[in-house]
Amino acid sequence: MSKANLLDRRRVVSTLLANRKDVVAIGGLGASTNDMCAAGDHARNFYLWGGMGGAAMIGLGLALAQPKLPVLVITGDGEMLMGLGSLATIGLQKPANLSIAVLDNEAYGETGGQTSHTSAAADLVGVARACGIKDSQSISTMAEVEAFAKAVHDVSAGPRFANVKIDSANLERILPIRDGTYIVNRIRGDLGFQPI
Amino acid sequence: MHARADAADTVPNWPDDIFATLQRFDVRQVPYVPDAGHSKLIQRVLDSSTMRGIPLTTEEEGVALLAGAWAGGQRGVLLMQSSGVGNCINMLSLISILRFPFLTLVTMRGEWGEFNPWQVPMGSTTQGVFELSGVQVLRASSAAEVPAVLEAAASQAYNALTPTAVLLSQRLIGAKVFTK
Repeated sequence: MSKANLLDRRRVVSTLLANRKDVVAIGGLGASTNDMCAAGDHARNFYLWGGMGGAAMIGLGLALAQPKLPVLVITGDGEMLMGLGSLATIGLQKPANLSIAVLDNEAYGETGGQTSHTSAAADLVGVARACGIKDSQSISTMAEVEAFAKAVHDVSAGPRFANVKIDSANLERILPIRDGTYIVNRIRGDLGFQPI
Repeated sequence: MHARADAADTVPNWPDDIFATLQRFDVRQVPYVPDAGHSKLIQRVLDSSTMRGIPLTTEEEGVALLAGAWAGGQRGVLLMQSSGVGNCINMLSLISILRFPFLTLVTMRGEWGEFNPWQVPMGSTTQGVFELSGVQVLRASSAAEVPAVLEAAASQAYNALTPTAVLLSQRLIGAKVFTK
């Protein structure tokens, strides 16, 4: 299935998180959240198992609450398409510490590989840019992924958006924890917040 | 903006009561989809130095935003009108799963003296939708009720993590006037 010139999603995500330092990372529903877990569990990983279309907005809420922390949303093309309006909301707020990386395999991999809108028509980079996210790029090489991973730590120059073309291989599922309350409270605890 | 009957003749003070309560509870992020009934409160929020007003393209964005805000240590409140409640349904599942404080203030349409039939289906099911989704519903029907209802709602939402919606009734806001 996979085309030779497309990137491997696990390599992309492990590169994005390799030198993460204080990054808070949000994984969108679907394979993206599994990729994040495959790169190594972390107290600042916000795994989503639902709420499709909400990953970027969770990132915005976190980024506005913690303006000095780099916040990175890693999600899929289908999940991003469901929350396209959130790009307009983010483009308006312009949180300088928020980065969004879309893993675009042009398909709904979790549900049988049905093609998504990005396979033939929708241009997510164009949408992000037109919504006011000036730093929006299409990524097709690992060198670009590495540069983006570095840029994520600059909390004064975002928001930034990258659409990463990945191959459509269905990889072994690496399942993250799915107790949402635990996930959120672990992040809060790591940021220094007490339970209520 | 359209005029409203009843309360439209004078600038209402109850939005100031709401703003004061939100400020006292240290609410920081205020996502909203505009509604005429919320216009004064939205302006107070946008003028505030401690709250950030965040216009949304659709209401469900606000539910997800509040989850992220809480993970980052901030409280928020979602402002919308009753027709927006239907847009939120799946995203409301985040509230019980992630257990973050959820407070929403909903200006009602489709009830008291409604002119527009298109508002009635969602207005009639707003309370039921919330209750089926695990959100407790409180209602304020007069300006005098607003402070106590807001206090109770904010208290249970932020102190007890009880997901709470306050319905600001059309009788309080004034029915929207389309004809003279």
